[in-house]
Amino acid sequence: MTATAPPRRTPEAGPSSGKSAAGGRLRPRIVERLRQGGLPYLLLLPAILAELLIHIVPMFFGILISFKNLTLFYIHHWNSAPWAGFDNYKAAVKIHQPIGEALLHSFWVTLCYTLLSVALSWLLGTAAAILLQDKFRGRGLIRTLFLVPYALPAYAALITWTFMFQQDTGLVNHVLHDQLHLTSSKSFWLIGDNSFWAMVIVSVWKSWPFAFLALMAGLQNIPRELYEAAAMDGAGVWQQIRKITMPSLRPVNQVIVLVLFLWTFNDFNTPFVMFGQNPPHQADLISIHIYQSSFINWNFGSGSAMSVLLLLFLLVVTAVYLLVTSRGRSENDV
Amino acid sequence: MSRFTDQPSPMAQPKSFLWTRRVVLTLLLAFVLVPVYVMLSSSLKSLQDVQGSFKWIPHSLTFKPYIDIWKTIPLAHYFVNSVIVCISATAFSVILAIFAAYTVSRYRFLGRKVFTVTVLSTQMFPGILFLLPLYLIFVNIGNSTGLTLNGSRLGLIITYLTFSLPFSIWMLAGYFDSIPRDLDEAAKVDGCGPLGALFRVVVPAAVPGIVAVSVYAFMTAWGEVLFASVMTNESTRTLAVGLREYATQNDVYWNQVMAASIVVSLPVVAGFLLLQRYLVAGLTAGAVK
Repeated sequence: MTATAPPRRTPEAGPSSGKSAAGGRLRPRIVERLRQGGLPYLLLLPAILAELLIHIVPMFFGILISFKNLTLFYIHHWNSAPWAGFDNYKAAVKIHQPIGEALLHSFWVTLCYTLLSVALSWLLGTAAAILLQDKFRGRGLIRTLFLVPYALPAYAALITWTFMFQQDTGLVNHVLHDQLHLTSSKSFWLIGDNSFWAMVIVSVWKSWPFAFLALMAGLQNIPRELYEAAAMDGAGVWQQIRKITMPSLRPVNQVIVLVLFLWTFNDFNTPFVMFGQNPPHQADLISIHIYQSSFINWNFGSGSAMSVLLLLFLLVVTAVYLLVTSRGRSENDV
Repeated sequence: MSRFTDQPSPMAQPKSFLWTRRVVLTLLLAFVLVPVYVMLSSSLKSLQDVQGSFKWIPHSLTFKPYIDIWKTIPLAHYFVNSVIVCISATAFSVILAIFAAYTVSRYRFLGRKVFTVTVLSTQMFPGILFLLPLYLIFVNIGNSTGLTLNGSRLGLIITYLTFSLPFSIWMLAGYFDSIPRDLDEAAKVDGCGPLGALFRVVVPAAVPGIVAVSVYAFMTAWGEVLFASVMTNESTRTLAVGLREYATQNDVYWNQVMAASIVVSLPVVAGFLLLQRYLVAGLTAGAVK
């Protein structure tokens, strides 16, 4: 270890966990910063390097190659690939030409998929978390079982669903056709219009336990006295849920809806495992669309331009979302 | 440390609530468990059975698929690849996260906010955005230095460790915050440096959080498909990609696919369910902040 004596901090000068410690005591903080020197940065260095190598540098590199005409031919010496200016972007946004039209279609499919999946996942997660809030027999077991889809490796679960959606040998058609006689013939689930719905169902199955887990944690933080007081005032269970539980979950909801939205919008596993490299037109999610134009058609410039557009879209959505939800919240608090 | 409060309800619940609870929870359980049942039951069926119309109750049970899965494709090889990659990625990720989380939790330094926000936001960016350039970077590093990252286990380890890093740092920082600072101070008075305090005091007190983060990191790596499908080759292929080979043969051996799915799921599901209390506690500690 270092030879210098370890800096001994008085409790109030120390960087206590709250943000409030910062206010007012500027002098001790500066002294402390000088004493601690480069140690914080040294400890962060490995994490920063890893993030730089895998995330930050590739991101800027991706922006760079989106302006290049980078095809398979240049893959081993990308530097010599010719500059393309904004050509890749122009091709991506020209919605009356094949590339742009396909991208726009993929964007709409992804948007519908994401909105449906997030809404349903949130709904199921909220219902389950609230219904499991109070103690009853079997509660612990049910809670554990609900987390199974979250614990299963994505591809194992997805392969199982693919099997269930098989036309002649799958469980879904067996139930709908053979047992309930709802369909006149066994339908195809992995091609055509149905493939979109199949994908949504699987996505909800995979994501709702996350909403459930986060909401369960959020429920633990609601003070019990609130319920007791409400019960004293004669509020029934349903009223308690509407008046206490739902408003208290707002901050958690704000986070999980955003996280689920971003995850689902970027979802690659679901279509890739269910349909392979060439998903049906109706299930052409944006991630796999970009993957296809990059690794199947070997056009990295065009793929990167699409990725950058995707990133911009997600940044704008996130910013607007945070702005709107935070404003709504602060108005309510006043 | 458990955050589940098992108190009785403050008032008797009306029938409408009890019935809603029964019905909704039953339906949800069915939705969650049917695929698990299909996986289990089909893995015990003969090939002939899975190739016919689906049957809820298998005609006869056989363990043959569990033997055949190792022969149809080099599953053991993929398994070893996955284990090596995921354990290494987890170990490195957790070590880096401990250092970073300790710093974020205990020091106020210039750029702290920038660091946490940047790191967390990388978690949210589309994987496809990094995949193309990262692939090119790996290919070109290989060309210019001879260090093979593309198609090697090392490249995958480095990549995977960063996937769990942001969330691990965030979760652990929350956990470290809940450990009284006086403990570090006492260790420092006793002559430990900051690193001594970290490893002798903070880390032992944060074992549940570290376990949670490790499970999370391992699960993230174990289930990853996108990068594995591009950055591995025949000899370094992981389970996430390898399992698809049962389906690219002339016949799809669904019983073997299901058996293999169970075999690859067991380590993570068992780990997760055994440690779920820690995971939930760790998640809560991070979220409460």
